[in-house]
Order: sequence, then C-alpha cells, then structure tokens
Amino acid sequence: MSGEESTDAPEFEGPGMPGPAPEERPHPEGRRNTHGVRIDPEAEAKPRQRTAVVSALVEHEPGVLSRVSGLFSRRQFNIESLTVGKTTVDGHARITLVVEETDAGIDQVKKQLGKLKPVIQVGELDDDAVRAELVLLKVRGDEPDKVHAITQMYEGETLDAGPRTITVQITGDQQKIDDAVDAFRQFGIIEIARTGQTALARGDTPTTPGEEPGHSTEPKDSTYSDATDADDEPN
Amino acid sequence: MSEQQPAPTADEAADAETTTDASEPTQTPVTTGAASVVRALENAGVEAAFGVQGGAIMPIYDALYDSDIHHVTMAHEQGAAHAADAYGVVRGEPGVCLATSGPGATNLVTGIADADMDSDAMLALTGQVPSTMVGSDAFQETDTTGVTAPITKHNYFASDADTVGDTVGEAFALAAEGRPGPTLVDLPKDTTMAETDREPGPARPPETTTPPTEADEESVDAAARAIERAEKPLLLFGGGVVKANATEEARTFAIDNGIPVVTTMPAIGSMPEDHELCLSWAGMHGTGYANMAVTHCDLLVAVGCRFDDRLTGGVDTFAPEAEVVHVDVDEAEISKNVHADYPVVGDAKAALDQLTEAVDDAPDAREWRQQCTTWKEEYPLAYATPENEPLKPQFVVEALDEATPDDAIVTTGVGQHQMWAAQFWTFTNPRTWVSSHGLGTMGYGLPAAIGAKLAAPDKDVVCVDGDGSFLMTIQELSVAVREDLDITVAVLNNEYIGMVRQWQDAFFEGRRMAADYDWCPDFAKLAEAFGARGFSAESYDEAADAIEDALDYDGPSVIDFHIDPAENVYPMVSSGGANGKFALSEDQL
Repeated sequence: MSGEESTDAPEFEGPGMPGPAPEERPHPEGRRNTHGVRIDPEAEAKPRQRTAVVSALVEHEPGVLSRVSGLFSRRQFNIESLTVGKTTVDGHARITLVVEETDAGIDQVKKQLGKLKPVIQVGELDDDAVRAELVLLKVRGDEPDKVHAITQMYEGETLDAGPRTITVQITGDQQKIDDAVDAFRQFGIIEIARTGQTALARGDTPTTPGEEPGHSTEPKDSTYSDATDADDEPN
Repeated sequence: MSEQQPAPTADEAADAETTTDASEPTQTPVTTGAASVVRALENAGVEAAFGVQGGAIMPIYDALYDSDIHHVTMAHEQGAAHAADAYGVVRGEPGVCLATSGPGATNLVTGIADADMDSDAMLALTGQVPSTMVGSDAFQETDTTGVTAPITKHNYFASDADTVGDTVGEAFALAAEGRPGPTLVDLPKDTTMAETDREPGPARPPETTTPPTEADEESVDAAARAIERAEKPLLLFGGGVVKANATEEARTFAIDNGIPVVTTMPAIGSMPEDHELCLSWAGMHGTGYANMAVTHCDLLVAVGCRFDDRLTGGVDTFAPEAEVVHVDVDEAEISKNVHADYPVVGDAKAALDQLTEAVDDAPDAREWRQQCTTWKEEYPLAYATPENEPLKPQFVVEALDEATPDDAIVTTGVGQHQMWAAQFWTFTNPRTWVSSHGLGTMGYGLPAAIGAKLAAPDKDVVCVDGDGSFLMTIQELSVAVREDLDITVAVLNNEYIGMVRQWQDAFFEGRRMAADYDWCPDFAKLAEAFGARGFSAESYDEAADAIEDALDYDGPSVIDFHIDPAENVYPMVSSGGANGKFALSEDQL
C-alpha cells in the first residue's frame, strides 16, 4: 500500500491530498488562443474567417451526401452552399462546398472530409478557379419588354413566359447573380431558386490533388493524356 | 417472413459439401448471404462474438449454428457492444457484436459511440427488415445506418447477397486500419436469406482509405532537432501508442533519451507506472506531478493522442510554454485542439522507430528530470487511513492490486471509482486497463470484464465498479455465471452517484439533487441470486478477507465494499481550468 509504504511522505490526515496549494506554485505566463496556438497575450489577434471553395471527389453511393452534410452539422462548420453531381467516371460524383471558416477551420474541413470512406480526394480551389452559379427567377409578367432587356443584360435566358409570370435563368459568378437578383427586384420576384457555387480548377491543375482524369467520349485533350479508357464510358 | 426463400435442404447442403476445397474440410459451403457473412468472420480470424438474438438477425444466428465462432449471448445489446469493445482492446483486434433491427440496433448505439470516442476497433452487425420493407416503418425498423453514421468510421447497408460477405470483411478490416474505430454492417433479412454460393475473400480494407505508416522523413528530422535542443522535454503517450502496439518502441525512446513520460488515461500501462521516468497520467484527476510537468515543459512530444478537454483543461493554459510535436496516424487530429509546431503524420510504431533513429543526442534534461522527481515527492498520491474510519476506496484498490498478478486486467465503470482505480492501481502492462474514457459510459465495467476474460482466459480480471455504474448493466452477471467466467467485481459502494455528489458539493452549494443511491439493492445477495458468489465488507479486516475469498473462488464473484461516502477524488483540475492549478481539496477549487 503506497500510502503506508512511502515513509518519507509527510504525515497526512486529509481531506484531499497533500502538497503545496495552487497559490504556492509557480505558474507560467504563456497562453494559447482558442486554436491552441501559443500567443503573445498582449498582441493577440482574432483569427479571421474567409470563404473557401472545397471540392470533394466521392464515390457516388447512397448516403454519401448525408455523410458529408452530417459532418458539417456535427462539427459546426459554417457551410454556405453545397452542390453535387455525377462525373463522367462511373460511380464517381463531385461535391463542391463553399465554407466560411478560419484557416484552421478550413484545414479541419478538408481533413475531416478526407476521412470519410466514400471520399476519394479533397482539394481547396485557388482564387482563380472557374466558378459558376445558376439562378432561376420567377417575376411578374406585367412588363415583358423590360424583363427581356434585363435578362439580356445579364446574358440570361427566358425559360417560361406567360400572361402573369416570366421565369428566367442567369448563370455566372456569385457577384453577377447577386446583382441580377437586385435588378429583377423592380418587377417583383415571386420565386427564386439558386444552385450554389460549383467550380473547377483553372487550366491544367486538377481540381482535387492527384485526381485522375475523367473518362470521356470527348476528343482527348493534351492535359489528360492518359485518358484511354473511353470505351468504358457508361451512358 | 413466410415469403422468404426456403433454407437449403440437407441433401443440397451435403451435395455442396462434397465439392468444397479439401483443405477446408470442416467448413460447410456458403449457401446464403448469412452463411457468407459468417464465413467472412471466420476468414478474418474471429473466434468470439457477443450478441442478442432477434427476428431480423435470425438468419445470421442460424448460420452461426454451423460455425466454430463462440457466440456469447448477452443480457442486453449494450452489454454486447461493451463486451466486444473490451475483447478487442485486450486482443488488439476488432471485437464483434450482433443485434437485431430496431431496439437491438439502438441498444448497441451507446457501445458503438463508446468505441468511437476511444478509437476502439469493433464490428457491429445488425439485422434489418427486408429491403423491400425499408422505409415503410415496418415492425422493428430503425434507420440504423442513419442513426450510427456519426458514431462509426463507416457503415454499410448490405443489399446484395453475393457481396455481403466481402462487405463484412471490408468493415472488419476498416475497423482495425489506421486509427481504429467501430464499423457497422446493416443486414436486411432478404439479403441474408437469399441464396448465394459466393465465397467471400479475405478481409480487405476499402481502396479509398490509405492510412500512413512511416512518417515523412523531413517532419521526423524537424521533430528530432526540437527534441535534441529541449531543456524540459516531456513525452505524452496517448491511446494510439497502445493501439499501434508501439509500447516497446515508446518505452525505448523515453528511456534512451531520458525523457519523462506522462500518459493519457487510455494509455495507462503503456509506460510502467513504477518506472522512475513515469509520471502517470495527466488531466482532470491526473497526478499532481504529471500536471506540473505538462504545465512547465518546454517541449511536449505527444504520440497518438487527441488532446481531449479532460486532458488539457482550458486550452489557453495547456502546456503554455511548450512547443508541440504531435505524432498521429490521423492527420485530422494534428492541430485540431492544440497547435502542433512539429506535426508527424504516421503510425506510432513506425514513427517512434524513426524518431529513435533520428535523434542523435539525447536532450540535456538532468535538471528537468530532477524537477519532476521533486514534484513526485511534493504531490504524492496519498490518503488518510485512520483505523476507525469507514473503509477508504483507495485502500481497496491498492489491496486488489497487491492480491493480483502484474498482468491482471482491470475494467471499470465511470465515476469516482474509475478515478481511484486509475490512480491507485499501479499499471505496468499495456492492455490491462480497460475503461470508458471519451464517452464516459457508466455501466461499461461488467460487460467489459466479460469481454476481457473471454479475450484473455488465463489472466485475472477485476472489475472495479461503482454502485451507480454496476446497477446499469448488472444483468450481465447472468452471462458471467452461464459462461462460468472467473471474474471479480469490486463495487466501491458509497450509496451515491459519487462524482455528481462531489460536483454538487463543490459547484452547486451542496444541493444533492438525485445523487443519493441509498436505495441500491444488497449487491452480495443479488450476486448470489444470479448464481455468483457475493461478499460484502465494511471494515479493513472484512475487506482483506473478502478479497482473498473472492479471488480464490473459481467463478464470478461480487464484493460490495461499503466505503467512506464522504471520500472525494483529488487532485482535481476544474473544468476548463489550468492543469497547473489542480486542487488538492475542495477548498482549493
């Protein structure tokens, strides 16, 4: 029994345990911030949030979307939009996420996504990535000419025109969509549906690191010179 | 389920048998999805499984009828999950549990969540209503993959009898791969009943998961240079050291370089607690000297830990002067809670070998080691033992430790008794401390003792339990009796849900709401009613006798120790507080 054997320990009658009290101990002056980074308390800056576009190549299997969205709610990551669609590789899909987090948070988003079994690759897109979003706007049809003019200004398309409503489609980056929505307000927006951003890396850069080029029936391009299994393309 | 396919006739089975590979004469051929599932378990080397029967899982049980796998029927599915978890912890391989759909599956949930929080490898197989009825709110239907998605590494809904065996093999392999964790396969009854003769292949992890083994050399070198120049280096061993079977490598690294060691609770036993370099475990109720060392080190080398809040206290004051080397197989743990100045992503065993190789000169830490020794003398784990006071729980733990071999396995529930067991038992071997850490599941101890004993029949197994914890899974005593398991349950009975009572006294002005457990049954009599031996002890002499008799008894026994109800657990770091400001008694909180 160590309590009895440690003969050089001071006589102790409790309660609690023996030893110098907290105020009798030395305490270091250092501090860490909420991210566990050692900081100078005098000069601590709050970590700033930024918007990042994260692309995940996934196995297109049942439940993959709920696993990804569940991860975001469970770990309280701030997500702005999520788009998903299959790729040209059988059984693969791409999920594009817009997240607003600190650098450390974005790092966690990528790592935690990478741990999900159906996730094949994860990458964060550079600022120069190609991004697009689509919006459908249903407005009042009282002034068809004006609606048409604004639709043209935003290089949009009229999808449906009736006596009472007109529905148009605008595509572009987030800023352009925001501006278009503002411009259409004058007609009275009845309904709106936005897809959220989807994106690909520019040029030769693969969208997720190490991503294999997709199988395609399109003419081979020089970037993806090893895209040879065109015969396997499912239809 | 009258519409299901008929079972193969005896003739069909006999026909198939003559055509099987002669090298496997004892195996009956696969005829159904269920048989394929059992074959996959056999291929993976599974020797025991823990579960409870039920409608939707019956085809699997029917296939187990022909298997050598030892199935242990538990009293409750939660017990099955904990037993499988502990079996896996002791064996170093995934434990397997089974349950039916609906309530069977939801009863497993606590055990799965427990395994997930402690990164314990475990495979759960759940029955499910036929896939044609899924979504119709059928009898005993629960969206099991939906419910368990957040608490598993991955789960599967098996919809194809031809591939269900391979799916189970994959789930088994995935549970053990990289950072271990629980996986689950939901098995709709039409899949398991359907005919197939497809033999599953060996258990193989999925292709999309590729955990690292060796760490990047540059990251190892950077960490090695930091270690060489440190003046106050401290090693922090986490559960990953045990899970990676890296105990030898970890001890070698510590001893070769003369670096003091603290552990997390799951890593108890990774460093012998009687070694001069070992400062035992740090955190909320860790030793004073471990918490002093963590607070004052200038380099913290953490291996296989996730910087849980019960370890760090407030992150702002955690190892505030230390650079951090973080070795982990899971990249997502790097800089999740505490920033890593030197991240090393790799398997603990490989990475520790690499570090041993890379560190040329041991750090000059003589003064630091001396300081740690001084703290050990200043803050001993001690308790007052006046002759006439009620029995002290710390004494009971020490007496049990003395009376059992060094390699005895200790399981616990959650609460004060768990902390006393962790503090006052001197652990010297890995995989001898089996507890519920991250989830803090009361009731873990008894089913865990059953799993541990079946995993290591030659070792002594003692469950140190509390009265509240014991009462949560006490029905598993029936299993220990039926399986004739020589385990001893030592109940540190203070007639309180003691940790809550301690917190009420310290933080809620002594308003003891729902903390009294003086309505607890007579545990010794209850043990006898189950068919186990029951003992009770109120004095030091009775305690010594009961320990001797219970350990001598060849079968399950329960000792109801009536301990000092006023005893509290110290040292204590208040929630979110500074480790270095641990309290030694209530007035210091």
